[in-house]
Amino acid sequence: MRKLLYKMPESLSGKEFTYCPGCHHGIVHRLVAEVIDELGIREKTLVVAPIGCSVFAYQFFNMDGTIAAHGRAPAVATGMKRARPDLYVFTYQGDGDLAAIGTAEIMHAANRGEKITTIFINNAIYGMTGGQMAPTTLLGMKTTTTPYGRDAQKDGYPMHMCEFLKEAKGVAYLARTKVTTPQDVEKTKKAIKKAFLAQIKGIGFGMVEVLSTCPTNWGMDPISAMKWLEEKMVPEYPLGIFVDKVGDEK
Amino acid sequence: MEKVMVKGTEAIGEAAIRAGCRHFFGYPITPQSELPEYMSKRLPEVGGVFLQTESEVATVNMLYGAACTGTRVMTSTSSPGFSLMMEGVSYMACAQLPAVFVNVVRGGPGLGDIQPAQGDYWQATKGGGHGDYKLIVLAPSTVQEAVDLTVLAFDLADKYRTPTLILADGLLGQMMEPVTFPEFRDLSTLPDHSSWAMTGAKDREPHIITSFDIDPYILEKMNLELVEKYKEIEKNEVRWEEFMTEDAEIVITAFGTVARIAKSVVEMARKDGIKVGLFRPITVWPYPYEPLKKLTEKVDLFFDVEMNMGQMLEDVKLAIGDKKPVAFYSRMGGVVPTPTEIYEALKKEIGRRV
Amino acid sequence: MPKVKGYIEIDQERCKGCGLCINACPTKVIEFSEGFNSKGYHPAEAKYLDRCIACGFCYRMCPDVCITVYREE
Repeated sequence: MRKLLYKMPESLSGKEFTYCPGCHHGIVHRLVAEVIDELGIREKTLVVAPIGCSVFAYQFFNMDGTIAAHGRAPAVATGMKRARPDLYVFTYQGDGDLAAIGTAEIMHAANRGEKITTIFINNAIYGMTGGQMAPTTLLGMKTTTTPYGRDAQKDGYPMHMCEFLKEAKGVAYLARTKVTTPQDVEKTKKAIKKAFLAQIKGIGFGMVEVLSTCPTNWGMDPISAMKWLEEKMVPEYPLGIFVDKVGDEK
Repeated sequence: MEKVMVKGTEAIGEAAIRAGCRHFFGYPITPQSELPEYMSKRLPEVGGVFLQTESEVATVNMLYGAACTGTRVMTSTSSPGFSLMMEGVSYMACAQLPAVFVNVVRGGPGLGDIQPAQGDYWQATKGGGHGDYKLIVLAPSTVQEAVDLTVLAFDLADKYRTPTLILADGLLGQMMEPVTFPEFRDLSTLPDHSSWAMTGAKDREPHIITSFDIDPYILEKMNLELVEKYKEIEKNEVRWEEFMTEDAEIVITAFGTVARIAKSVVEMARKDGIKVGLFRPITVWPYPYEPLKKLTEKVDLFFDVEMNMGQMLEDVKLAIGDKKPVAFYSRMGGVVPTPTEIYEALKKEIGRRV
Repeated sequence: MPKVKGYIEIDQERCKGCGLCINACPTKVIEFSEGFNSKGYHPAEAKYLDRCIACGFCYRMCPDVCITVYREE
C-alpha cells in the first residue's frame, strides 16, 4: 500500500511554470496553492498577477485571475474586494512592482486595512527585464544598471518594505521569510496561511515578504544562490513576524 | 416626472446611482470635486461603496478591479487627473472592461487652470493612452443631457464591454439647471456578466481577464476583435443634434458647452435674417461624419467653434473635405466665448467671403 | 522505531534540473539523470528509492512541483 503524502495542489492549474531553474517563485506559488487548498477557498479566490517574472501567475493558479498594470495590483485587488467582499483576493508581486513603481498603492492598501493578501517576492533584482537594479538591491551588488555595484550616494539604500509597513495601523499580519530549506518552506507556508486568515477573519491587510533567489540574474547556480541569500540578504533583511493580529489558527 | 434644480456634477452622480452604479472611486481635483463629495454621501444610502483613493493612478486600477467582478463602477476627474489614468484606461479597453469615466475638462496643457475648456478632445477621441483602442465618448451640453448620457454611458459600457467617457467641462459641471431624473434601475435587471466576470471559479473553468498575450498572433486576434467591436459601435451608436439646419446656409459646428452658446448665436443671426444652423455631435466618438458630410449639399460655410486650438476641427474637416470652406473660432486657457463675440467673428468671416 | 519507507515519483519532463531536491534530500535518494528531457535538462532521477524515508523535503524544495511523495504502508 502506498499512501499519498505530497502532490501538486488543486489550486495550481498544472501548467508548467515559466521560471528559470531553481527560481524560488515556483516554491512560493505552490505554498500559496497549498494554503488555499487547506482553507478550502479556491472557488472564492481571485488572483491578481503583477508585471515582472510572475506576470504569468494567473495561468498557474486554478482560479479566476487577472494581471494588474505595473505596481497597481493592490489597487486592482482593492477594487475587487470592495465590489465583492464575499470573495478572497490576493496579489502576487515582485520587488520592482511592489517596492518601486507600486509603492503608493501598497502603502495605502495596507494603511486602509484593505482585506486583501499580498505575497511579495524580494530577490533584490529585476528579473523579467534582465537583471537591473531593484529598490531592494543590496549595496555593492552588481546589476546591469549598477555595473560598479549599488552605491548609496548615487542609487540610495535598499528598501525595507516590512519595516515601513509595520507602522501602518491597517496591517493585520506581516512577516518576512525565506524558502532556502525545507524548514523555512514550512515557516513560509504558515506565514502565508496567516496572511490569508487576516483577510478571511476580516481583520485587515496581510503580507508575506519572501526572500528569494534569482540564480539567472545573480549569475549563480541555484545552490550557490541560496548560500548567497543566506549570507548576504538575510543580514540586510532580517526575517521575522512584524505584525500578527491574527492570533492562533483555529 | 418632477423637475429638480441640480448642479451638473451632482446630477451626473445621481444619474449614475439611478443607472445602477454602486461603486465610485475618485481623487479630488477641481472643478469636479462636488461629484465625489456627492457620491460619498449618497452611495452609502443605497448600499454602495465610495472610496477616496490615493491618486488617479490608483483610481483607474480600482475601477479595473471592480469592473472585473462585473459591477457598474465609475469615477470622475479633471484633465490632469484623466491624463494620469490613461495607462489604466488602455488596459481596460484591451481587457474589455465596462466602466464609466467623467472628465470635467479644465484649461491646459500642464497644470493649466480650473476654468472650462475643451482641450482634451484629442485625448478622449484619438487615443490618449497607448495602443490601438477607442472609448465611447459622450459630450453633453445641458445638465439634463448629462443625466441622460450618464445612464446611456453605463448601458453602452455594458453592451460593448468597453470603458465609456463623459466629456464635460467646468461650466456644465458647476451650472444649475432643472432636470428630470430617470427611475432607479432594478439591479437584478442589469446585464448579466457571468460568462466572463471574475466571481470565483466554482463549477466552471477559471475566468481570466487580461490585456496581455506574449504571442503576437494571439494579441493581433485580440486587436482585431476590438476593431470589429469599434466598427459595430460606429454603425450603431452615432448620435448628434441638428438645430435649424433645414434651410441653413451657414452651419456652426460645436460640442458640449460651446454648442449651447452657439445656439444663442444661431438665434441672434436668425433675427438678423442670416440663415445659420448648428450641428452638434453628441458622440464625439463615434463621430457623426456622415450626417455632417450630408450638410455640405446645401450649406455654403461651416464655422467651427471650440474652446481649444482646433481639435474637433480635424474631424469636421474630415467630414467636409474640400467640398465647402470651414472657418474656425476659438478661445483657450479656460476663457468661455460669449454669444456676441462668436456672432461678431462669424459676421467677419461672412464679410471676408462676400 | 521502525524505519519509515517512502516512495517518490519525479515528473522528469517537467523538471528543469535545478538540483534543489538533490540538495535537500537527507538520504541521497536523488541524482541528476544522465539523459536529457525534451527541454534539454538533465532531470532529477530517484536512483536509490530504497533509501527514501518519505520526509517530503524534495517536494518542499522543488520549485516546479515535479515530485509526488508516498509512504509505503
